[in-house]
Amino acid sequence: MNQMKMEHVPGTLKGKITLFALSTCGWCAKTKALLKELGVDHYYIFVDLLPPEELEEAIKEVEKFNPHGSFPTLVIDNGTRVIIGFKEHEIREALG
Amino acid sequence: MTFPPPSDDEAETLYKKLDRDAEEGGYHLNPDREFTKNLVRGLLVNEKRFGYPSCPCRISFGNREEDRDIICPCDYRDPDLDQYNACYCALYVSDDVLKKKVPVGSIPERRPPRSERRAGAGLRSTPAAGRQLPFPVWRCRVCGYLCARETPPLVCPVCKATKDRFERFM
Repeated sequence: MNQMKMEHVPGTLKGKITLFALSTCGWCAKTKALLKELGVDHYYIFVDLLPPEELEEAIKEVEKFNPHGSFPTLVIDNGTRVIIGFKEHEIREALG
Repeated sequence: MTFPPPSDDEAETLYKKLDRDAEEGGYHLNPDREFTKNLVRGLLVNEKRFGYPSCPCRISFGNREEDRDIICPCDYRDPDLDQYNACYCALYVSDDVLKKKVPVGSIPERRPPRSERRAGAGLRSTPAAGRQLPFPVWRCRVCGYLCARETPPLVCPVCKATKDRFERFM
């Protein structure tokens, strides 16, 4: 996962927060905006924009935390908590 | 891979077409216009990069056979509309959402995970002669339109008769 190029958004440290998202997805955009609004330090990656050779590796990474391999997948502290989909209430409760 | 973003004109044209088609078929686009326009842009992006408009909220490897079930409108739209009042990406919403009776939210993924999918299989199985039908067949009592699915459509795509005008045919 560390080899994958993640975008870093600096903010309040609430643990290691990684958002796996798609650039075309509405719920991913809302999740990304919510993280920004909450001002938490996090990393994100638009998996669909990866070159084909890196795509498989990225999806396997997502599937480790979310067997459906769906987006958005929000991984907190290496999987201590995983939030799948735009669950506003859950995200606010976990990171607010 | 990145492609130039679709123009506002392209997005507006496709939005209008999808909206017209949806309403004619008894479906509705999400009334949150900004959200919906972004999904429409996503469909245009996918059309450019894959050659077909796969769901903007699902990952694609660009293989049409593997993605047949997630080409918009996807195989999962109607069951998701019935159960959750919206499709997975929320491009399409139910009557109740339009009438503001229920909110739209992020819903669970109905598509099986990769490990359980066979290329092109989607939700459907191939019917075999002499065996039980994989889906019931519904007949529109107004125009005779037949369709095979779990429940009749909300509105007949041919004559616009409502769901309660359908009868079980097979």
